Amino acid sequence: MRMLTFAKRCTKEILRDPINLAFGLGFPLVLLLLLSSLQKNIPAELFDIDTLTPGITVFGLSFMTLFSATLIAKDRESAFLQRLYTTPLSGFDFILGYMLPLLPIAIGQTVICYLFAIPLGLTVNINIIYAIIGIIPMAVFNIALGLLCGSIFGVKQVGGICGALLTNLSAWLSGVWFDLKLVGGFFEKIANVLPFVHAAEMEKALFNGNFELVWAHILPILLYSIFITAVAVLCFLRQMKKQ
Amino acid sequence: MQEIKTVGLVKKYKNLTAVDKLNLEIHQGELFSLLGVNGAGKTTTIKMLTCITKPTDGDAFVEGYSVTKQSEQVKRLIGVSPQETAVAPNLSVKENLELICGIHGFSKEKTQIRIKELSEQFTLDAVLRRKAGKLSGGWQRRVSIAMALISEPKILFLDEPTLGLDVIARHELWDMIRSLKGKATIILTTHYMEEAEALSDRIGVIKDGKLLAVGTVEELKIMTGANDFESAFVSIVKEGAL
Repeated sequence: MRMLTFAKRCTKEILRDPINLAFGLGFPLVLLLLLSSLQKNIPAELFDIDTLTPGITVFGLSFMTLFSATLIAKDRESAFLQRLYTTPLSGFDFILGYMLPLLPIAIGQTVICYLFAIPLGLTVNINIIYAIIGIIPMAVFNIALGLLCGSIFGVKQVGGICGALLTNLSAWLSGVWFDLKLVGGFFEKIANVLPFVHAAEMEKALFNGNFELVWAHILPILLYSIFITAVAVLCFLRQMKKQ
Repeated sequence: MQEIKTVGLVKKYKNLTAVDKLNLEIHQGELFSLLGVNGAGKTTTIKMLTCITKPTDGDAFVEGYSVTKQSEQVKRLIGVSPQETAVAPNLSVKENLELICGIHGFSKEKTQIRIKELSEQFTLDAVLRRKAGKLSGGWQRRVSIAMALISEPKILFLDEPTLGLDVIARHELWDMIRSLKGKATIILTTHYMEEAEALSDRIGVIKDGKLLAVGTVEELKIMTGANDFESAFVSIVKEGAL
């Protein structure tokens, strides 16, 4: 109950921030609109809406990292967390309170992306539902990464690391904008070691009904999610003790 | 009756000793001020007494409960208004108060009653629906103290409550703090001598983590032979332990 009260507060803080809404929701939608318009004017199938939309939903998740990291870093810097550390809330109340609200926000963002893509020509089928459900493991990874960054860095650092670096990493290494095989070499190897390309490929596989391809991609995503969540929890609890 | 007792309380950060063998007793219902210049160890002491920071050595007891071993029991007794205003900026004042009630497990009815009581006490009615982050520093301090009080704590910690406030806001807040006297034991940290003098039943002067002197304003003046409290404070800090 205490945790839910805290989670409700975190939801309000995130959703009432107009910058969060503008970037988290607006930016992926603008990209969808721009790139699908671009596709109409080029001969190659670079930004086909059926391929682009699942990739954009994965890219949009990088904003969940920014949201959670910024909220935690702000709470730490404003001593709001310090106040709450003197209440009966436990460490796990804090962790779940920060992480849980972002999951429905991430799913909501994915749903809006798919709905927005329909008038742009997206093929409508039942697989959209599977693709929306399939976003959850990568959403957990991104949210946990936010918990980790927010526990370690200050507000300004979070803005740079999560706002600029991570969103770019997620964009370039997910293969959303271009086929990674075109670049190949070390870049492709690095991309395959990280979870972003696996998440984008899994989303595409789910959306296209190629379920046999899902297993190869979900395993690295799950491993990354579990690992980052464990590290984030340890770091959060450590900073709690280090006050 | 002792409400708080510290026994050889020590806090070290690597090579820095922030609080050094602090032995202190604070009585039930009194307003006790920890007075010292910046970096004297006031906030670190408060952090240990409120279970935010673990002491390196020694212990402190709040109504007999150890801050090192019985932090859950201690947390049920205390309310804290940290040095920064520490409000949720995008939540309204009412939602901030509801949040603390929810965290303390209050029923809906009790939450509404407490918000009504605190709104009257702190004249918050006009700002209840405004976002806390949009309020002036003085109003944010009021909200911060109301948040600390909403759980009906027996002991209230106010860490530099008037820091950064203009003279009018400071005097308004002093009146508010005076109105709380007797309702809870209040531990206030400050580096403003006039604040300690105006509000406190007793004052502890702290420097470099060491408690140099404890007493009422008059006792400290007699102790140092000073005519005014500022001279007494300067004398205590310059001469060290008396």
